[in-house]
Amino acid sequence: MRVPRVLLAGAAGLTLMLTACTTDAPTDAVEGADLTPDQEWFDEAEFETQLAQREITPEGPEDQPWLQAIEPEWIDTSEFAHESPEDATLCFSNASVSNPWRVTGSITMEQQVEALRDQGRIGEFRVSDAADNDNQQISDIQAFVDSGECDVIIISPSTTATLTPAVETACESGVPVVVFDRGVNTDCMVTFIHPIGGYAFGADAAEFLVEELEPGSTVLALRILPGVDVLEHRWAAAQRIFADSELDVLGYEFTEGDGAKIKDLVSQHLQRGEVDGIWMDAGDGAVAALEAFEDAGQPYPVISGEDELSFMRKWREEDLTAIAPVYSNFQWRTPILAASMILAGEEVPSEWVLPQEPVRANELDEYLERNEAMPSLHYAKFGGEDLPGYPEAWTER
Amino acid sequence: MTPPSTPAPTRALRSLRSRLGTTGLVYLALAVLLAVSAALVAARGENLLTTANTVDLLTRSSLLGFLAIGQTLVILCRSLDLSVGYVAALSTVVAATTMAGDPSRVVLGVAVTLGVAGLIGLANGLVVTGLRVNPFIATLGMGLIIKGYLDTNFQGPAGEIPAAFQAFGYTRISVLPVSTLVMLGMAVAAVLFLRRTRTGYHIYAVGGDAEVARLSGIRSGVPTVTAHVLCSVTAGVAGLLLAARFGTGSATVYSGGYELEAIAAVVLGGTYLLGGRGGVAGTVAGVLILATLDTVFNVLAVDPFVKEVLRGVIVIAAVAVYARGGNSGARTRFPSGGAAPPSPGPRPGSRAAPDPGSEPSPQPLGGRR
Amino acid sequence: MTPTPTQDTRGSGALAALAALGRGGTATVALLLALIFAGIATQNPSFFEGPPLMAFAQKAAPLVVLAIGQYLVIVSGEFDLSVGSLVGAQVVVAARLIDGREDMTLPVIGLMMLFGLAVGLVNGLVTTLLRVPSIITTLGTMLILFGAVRYWTGGAPTGALSESFRAFGRRGIEGVPVLGEIPWALLIALVLTVGAVLCMRSPFGRSLVATGDNDVAAAFSGVRVWRVRTMAFVGSSLMATVAAVLIGGYAGVTAQVGDGLEFTAITAVVLGGVVLGGGRGTVVAAVLGALTLEALFTLFTQFYLPSTFQPSVQGLIIIAAVAYAARRGDLRLPERLRRRPDHPTERSLGTSRR
Repeated sequence: MRVPRVLLAGAAGLTLMLTACTTDAPTDAVEGADLTPDQEWFDEAEFETQLAQREITPEGPEDQPWLQAIEPEWIDTSEFAHESPEDATLCFSNASVSNPWRVTGSITMEQQVEALRDQGRIGEFRVSDAADNDNQQISDIQAFVDSGECDVIIISPSTTATLTPAVETACESGVPVVVFDRGVNTDCMVTFIHPIGGYAFGADAAEFLVEELEPGSTVLALRILPGVDVLEHRWAAAQRIFADSELDVLGYEFTEGDGAKIKDLVSQHLQRGEVDGIWMDAGDGAVAALEAFEDAGQPYPVISGEDELSFMRKWREEDLTAIAPVYSNFQWRTPILAASMILAGEEVPSEWVLPQEPVRANELDEYLERNEAMPSLHYAKFGGEDLPGYPEAWTER
Repeated sequence: MTPPSTPAPTRALRSLRSRLGTTGLVYLALAVLLAVSAALVAARGENLLTTANTVDLLTRSSLLGFLAIGQTLVILCRSLDLSVGYVAALSTVVAATTMAGDPSRVVLGVAVTLGVAGLIGLANGLVVTGLRVNPFIATLGMGLIIKGYLDTNFQGPAGEIPAAFQAFGYTRISVLPVSTLVMLGMAVAAVLFLRRTRTGYHIYAVGGDAEVARLSGIRSGVPTVTAHVLCSVTAGVAGLLLAARFGTGSATVYSGGYELEAIAAVVLGGTYLLGGRGGVAGTVAGVLILATLDTVFNVLAVDPFVKEVLRGVIVIAAVAVYARGGNSGARTRFPSGGAAPPSPGPRPGSRAAPDPGSEPSPQPLGGRR
Repeated sequence: MTPTPTQDTRGSGALAALAALGRGGTATVALLLALIFAGIATQNPSFFEGPPLMAFAQKAAPLVVLAIGQYLVIVSGEFDLSVGSLVGAQVVVAARLIDGREDMTLPVIGLMMLFGLAVGLVNGLVTTLLRVPSIITTLGTMLILFGAVRYWTGGAPTGALSESFRAFGRRGIEGVPVLGEIPWALLIALVLTVGAVLCMRSPFGRSLVATGDNDVAAAFSGVRVWRVRTMAFVGSSLMATVAAVLIGGYAGVTAQVGDGLEFTAITAVVLGGVVLGGGRGTVVAAVLGALTLEALFTLFTQFYLPSTFQPSVQGLIIIAAVAYAARRGDLRLPERLRRRPDHPTERSLGTSRR
């Protein structure tokens, strides 16, 4: 019996030690969270570029933001021109449709495919879904390459670094490759389509809080997961902006986007003091965070959410001081359009930076009106109003 | 559980099973699945066994294969390992940071990775046998510990795999990916280990009945700890394969749900979840069954959510069929067919310690699972 | 069993010993819970001032309910991995069917109960009659529910829950002195706990424990094992349905609702000293296990423990707690060593009489 006791004592000691280590944390946190962006995730030059891009007027038709591009560098694609685009096969390797943002986007994409197919600008459309599994997606891309039947390969990578070799393999096959949303560490693809980016998103949100809150106000940051680059960039930008402000950042919590967890965490923070502002790296669950204030009988915070409709409706109902940063959902149309342009041998931007503008209070009513029929967990800037399946395809998903 | 009557199909299954053995039955299931899938795909005017699809199928099986081979060993001695996904994730990071893009450090990287994985397995094994923590909790807890470590220290990709080692993930000989060859090699090694070594016998014995094993002079701790170490090492190899394919270490691969998939593959392969019966050969077939399903779903462009539903139904149905075929009167503790059943213990003392309850006794009610 | 005298004294230990073991498990987890509450108090003295405590109870209630359900299955010697998916499925289905209409609340809750009943029956019957190991059966149902619901809703939940639906998980009896508001969730969890305790004392409860302890012996003493186990699965699915009502009420609909709850529930039950493999442990201990786990999560937040680091501490604590319980003899032999087909008569002093 003696040995096990020793082991147990060891385990207990270790646990205590671990807990003890963490007692240092409150002092840190009370004085404010660490606001030095993680080097791994903070690229000063890219941060500056994205902030500047917010101010640049994009080229292209004003009423079709999915065709606009910020400072495009047009490249020739005549080598990929297809004799009969109506027979061309588009192959799309999707990371997943595991969250409402991606669901909304993939519906828009399908509708765009329908529209172009009816016009005879593209042919068959094949999709494989990797369910957020990097290895699966590598296999999916490989299968497209090996099949030899794809005329354009479109990839929405599940993570940046890990998909790089697979995208390179796809490029080497000679088939034009279109990458969108998250990027990869290579520029072998014909075009890389994305909205301005995570830094701009995080900065829009953080700047709004800095502007609206009195110096010394407290801010709680709610994040979904660690280690996802688009999300890490949002937080890195916010850290940078909060560091230069007078706001007191209480800390950040990972919520996995789970409403129950968000509500519980916010409630606990409210038990111990006021929270004046909420910064979120994605709008999922913003309503749950607000309900925690309601149930605790406290005034609503200044909040940054996303252009997700349940949040925007709550915003109008309760007349909140809020902003909805946008990670342009309409970007899901662009890869299909780019593919059809490539098949036609037209020029496309080598890096296609789409506009990304937050929804502010003055535009709230307009966007809510436009999306009146849409369900909650739909994204206001989905940009599919002119597609043939509108609105049934999105309302009856 | 009422003693079920014996309908004709069950009888037919049973006689088939007695002729083929459990492993044979699993391979038969695989063959049937391949035939049905090929027919389905052909009905759409396509070919299932093109080079592209075959490579796809085999590549899918290598990763799951590594994880499932190790899991088989652990399950054979009545344990379980829910930490393999986390060990694989940790291994990608360890491999990539150790190799750091330098081809001369490949061997070092592999050694360090497998060493770290082995140590985790050792810890799992000792907690299960020494501290007597239920393996479900012990390995779930270990997984959480690793998750915390990874989340805290590696927020995003880490390290770099040199091109020389990336070949492990991408090279293939005709349609056979190198990783699949390695996986099959490990499967053969595991089969030999189970059949030819003393510890291998002991794994079956401990899983069959720990007490009998103990009474026959087997220290039940040793086989269990060995199995856990080997299981973590195979998870480490899976991590190496992932790292080779990614070209970098990725801490977040633990969210892939690999542990439950591996357990499903093991059970599909005919290994008894409570230990003592089954083997690696069946597991390989189980892995191929799951990989075939994935490939066919992909070729047929099945909706990703319908895929999950079909997977669930097929796994339950397949295991139910095995259980149907296998509920003949005497449920011996050891594989009834195919694999040569190792004697409960190689020592002569094994039969000299009679224990009326644990003799491979008839179980009229077939209740234990 | 003669060759192992030590085992024998422990193994066939008298009824009293068994009861003491049960209490022993409860004592361990109660102590742990007290320690964690003390830890919280050092950080946040106001935690015990009524409203925060009620908020904690409201948050913890769903896990308590899930733990009761999981307890029924575990004590009968099985697992239920499908509860997380089931909770998610139920909330999403409810949101879509109710779609904000108050008059749909009760019919939909009734439908959810029927759905839960059906899932439990399938789990139970597939496990007992088709002899599929429960870990595979419920893994299968988990995949099926996960996929089917997402297929039905196109991947992301739609619709909204009504206010009256949400009241169960969000509102309570208002204006109570000191406590402020007593959440309905707390009352529901209390009622279910009392119900479960009574149920475990009934003949059904005894056959359930006997089945988990040794199903061959139980069958010899006249227990219809398949029926008892199927009932346990039905109980677990119904509890998951109640938990779905509470969770949906507490926080509304998000795409991730229910994710991973199966492991949290199993951990809670095991933390309460209930033995995986069946036959040992009490409902009260399982409930305390759930409270302890929720308290632990609260403690992490109160200590500003970095989010990323929390899983490690959680892992260490559950291993240490289970190892400690094993040392104290609550678990005695690991389940895998213990579950042997004893000759029925050997158990006459043990479970078969209970």
